[in-house]
Amino acid sequence: MADELAHAAAHDDDHDHKPHGWRRWVYATNHKDIGTMYLIFACTMFFIGGGAAMLIRLELFQPGLQFFDPQFFNSLTTMHALIMIFGAIMPAWTGLANWMIPMQVGAPDMALPRLNNFSFWILPFAFTLLLSSFFVPGGAPAGGWTMYPPLVLQTGSSFPMLIFAVHLMGASSILGAINVVVTIMNMRAPGMTLLRMPMFVWTWLITAYLLIAVMPVLAGAVTMLLTDHFFGTTFFTAAGGGDPVMFQHIFWFFGHPEVYILILPAFGIVSEIIPTFSRKPLFGYEAMVYAVASIAFLSFIVWAHHMFTVGMPLAAQLFFMLSTMLIAVPTGVKVFNWTATMWKGSLSFEPPMLFALAFLFLFSIGGFSGLMLAMVPADYQYQDTYFVVAHFHYVLVPGSIFGIMAGVYYWLPKWTGNMYDLKLATWHFWLSAIFVNVLFFPQHFLGLAGMPRRIPDYAVQFTDWNMVSSIGGFAFGLSQLLFPYIIWKCARGGVRVGNKAWEGAHGLEWELPSPAPYHSWTTAPSDAVIARGAAH
Amino acid sequence: MTIRAKLASLASAFAAASITLPAHAHEDGGSGWSQLNMTQGVTDISRKIYDLHMLIFWVCVIIAVIVFGVMIYSIISFRKSRGAIPDITLVHNTKVEAVWTTVPVIILIAMAVPAAKTLVEIEDTTKTELTIKVTGFQWGWQYDYLDDGVAFYSHLDRKSNKARELLSGIDPNSVEHYLLNVDHPLVVPVDTKVRLLVTGADVIHSWWVPDFGVKKDAIPGFVNEAWFRVDADKAGLYRGQCAELCGRDHGFMPIVVDARSKADFAAWLKNTAAQQKQTAQAADTTASLSAPASAH
Repeated sequence: MADELAHAAAHDDDHDHKPHGWRRWVYATNHKDIGTMYLIFACTMFFIGGGAAMLIRLELFQPGLQFFDPQFFNSLTTMHALIMIFGAIMPAWTGLANWMIPMQVGAPDMALPRLNNFSFWILPFAFTLLLSSFFVPGGAPAGGWTMYPPLVLQTGSSFPMLIFAVHLMGASSILGAINVVVTIMNMRAPGMTLLRMPMFVWTWLITAYLLIAVMPVLAGAVTMLLTDHFFGTTFFTAAGGGDPVMFQHIFWFFGHPEVYILILPAFGIVSEIIPTFSRKPLFGYEAMVYAVASIAFLSFIVWAHHMFTVGMPLAAQLFFMLSTMLIAVPTGVKVFNWTATMWKGSLSFEPPMLFALAFLFLFSIGGFSGLMLAMVPADYQYQDTYFVVAHFHYVLVPGSIFGIMAGVYYWLPKWTGNMYDLKLATWHFWLSAIFVNVLFFPQHFLGLAGMPRRIPDYAVQFTDWNMVSSIGGFAFGLSQLLFPYIIWKCARGGVRVGNKAWEGAHGLEWELPSPAPYHSWTTAPSDAVIARGAAH
Repeated sequence: MTIRAKLASLASAFAAASITLPAHAHEDGGSGWSQLNMTQGVTDISRKIYDLHMLIFWVCVIIAVIVFGVMIYSIISFRKSRGAIPDITLVHNTKVEAVWTTVPVIILIAMAVPAAKTLVEIEDTTKTELTIKVTGFQWGWQYDYLDDGVAFYSHLDRKSNKARELLSGIDPNSVEHYLLNVDHPLVVPVDTKVRLLVTGADVIHSWWVPDFGVKKDAIPGFVNEAWFRVDADKAGLYRGQCAELCGRDHGFMPIVVDARSKADFAAWLKNTAAQQKQTAQAADTTASLSAPASAH
């Protein structure tokens, strides 16, 4: 099967006769073009979501309300989360998957190119719908990205826009995930056995299964909200025999695996970058694969740790505390393996490695606060405070976002054939790494001292750390402008690189010329080439 | 406060900074270094929660020092620029891998035991001596002393409410307990196991007083239970806020609890009950005067 597909595709497109002009993008079926569109879309959303974050930090710079009505502030926090999760991080991962998976498994393209086109082009419509909700009566959704009823049912005219935007994003994610699974299962070159696959491919395969499993659950949950709002059902209304807490259980049954959907591909990228710049194979490759699989499995049985204060039976609280703590074990294995990979290596510190190292330290800090949050009695004090805000931003910003940036800086020379401005990228790294801590570390203090999250104004004892956090936020936000500039500059020209842009790089993508040809592996790589790439 | 005064206060607070903070950090008016950690609170449970928090915090610190230490050592010693030669045979070590899988399991079990014990205590809502129903609504709290016929609403106080308007021109620093003050605080006796029955009227709210270590969601259609017992020598005012996003004024529905000696509380309860009865009777009379007799 894999042979046939690879063969057929190879015959279809022997030459780089790509369509020109707008048709190349609108009718795109090429994995690199679609990957590029995904990445540009994600970057755009990153700056829109980041803009919302800047406005949030502006209002929180000092106590008192200086700029926004509290309702608009709530819209900003809600939209910031939705845009960053569904618009920035998830499409960025799909973009990287599109670019890299065919190259890494020895395939000419993704398995389902037209589906690929469709899954991308859903997104601009979904986000136009979501963003235009700012301009309808009642304003943009303001009930939090978690959409808890009954509050979310008080949303104005933007309510159906929110629900359908979420449906569209979910459909796009499911289609993208199906494409990834089919590509990995059917399009691998002969000899590319499962346990020879690069870690990025492994983590994406598991992520894709998580997506297929939980996005329909989210769709179901928001559909029930829709019928509660418009068709007189009472799934989540106690007065009609429903249960508002049931929504939270369903939402977090989606929401917790979603957390791992956002981070697992970053694990994969870091597992590629650290060996490359340590000039040493990944320590414990198989253990890494099993650790990711265990994390994915555990992610289905920990959801209620997001809702310890709703009043669950003692036994349920104990179960969710223990299962949550268990996740620390495979996560620990991963961190130890990355560290062991560097041990007795020969390290150099190019921008991808710098971002991967920052990931290692700062994601671990997010992991530690996660462990603290698992302790139910302590969670009663942490729940819904800035301590939680600090925790999930540590795993999402220096976790997922730094993972994405590390990946882009790692593969950008392969995509463009040019080396980017390393000095400027190093500046981008140091500014990001310093200010992300100025931005989020003080939020731990704020939460512990008693500041609830999602408030537009605060008691005066929280002033100093909010100011520090806001200053860090503005500086972090400004530093990110370097990122698209460096990419744009690199796309326009630079020092040419060979097949292997980095001295220690291994893997099939580095066996292709730079820039990579329009159709990746038109003939399957030989077993020797595959073996050379699989360096573990 | 001027920037300079602020810096000076930061510096002096830093010099005296310790990980243990006074229980009433908020009341002291500090803003920077005095606001780093969780309150120890004024109940046995809140102190147990604090101890648990510090325990897991130090465990994390120790693990971090070890793991980050190894990472930093690798980053410094195994640099290519210092001529490090990679040992490419080092890819697997069953013994080491077994150790770093089992040791975390043991640490986690050691952490889970005290956490579970405290949780069992928190969940024990038997033998309570006073029951108060707490209803969260958009945006305030209603307190109902179920056995004594006393009930009232509690809202953000007027001064804060004025100052928090968009561009009010009032400096929040000039308002006493800005956003943390109410018109009618919840009054409770010290040294008494007080049970709260927490529910919501419209959307979900969450009743949180950090000094008691109590945070419980107020969910429409559900009645949640929580309890606290304030130390006998810790009469005073304790402040908290709604902790679940509940709409536009979520940030403006604080909680204030006035913990009084048992005698003071009994007197307050008696007075308030009598007062409320009188008001109710007066209202009844007015109603019967203005409404047709058939209404009765």
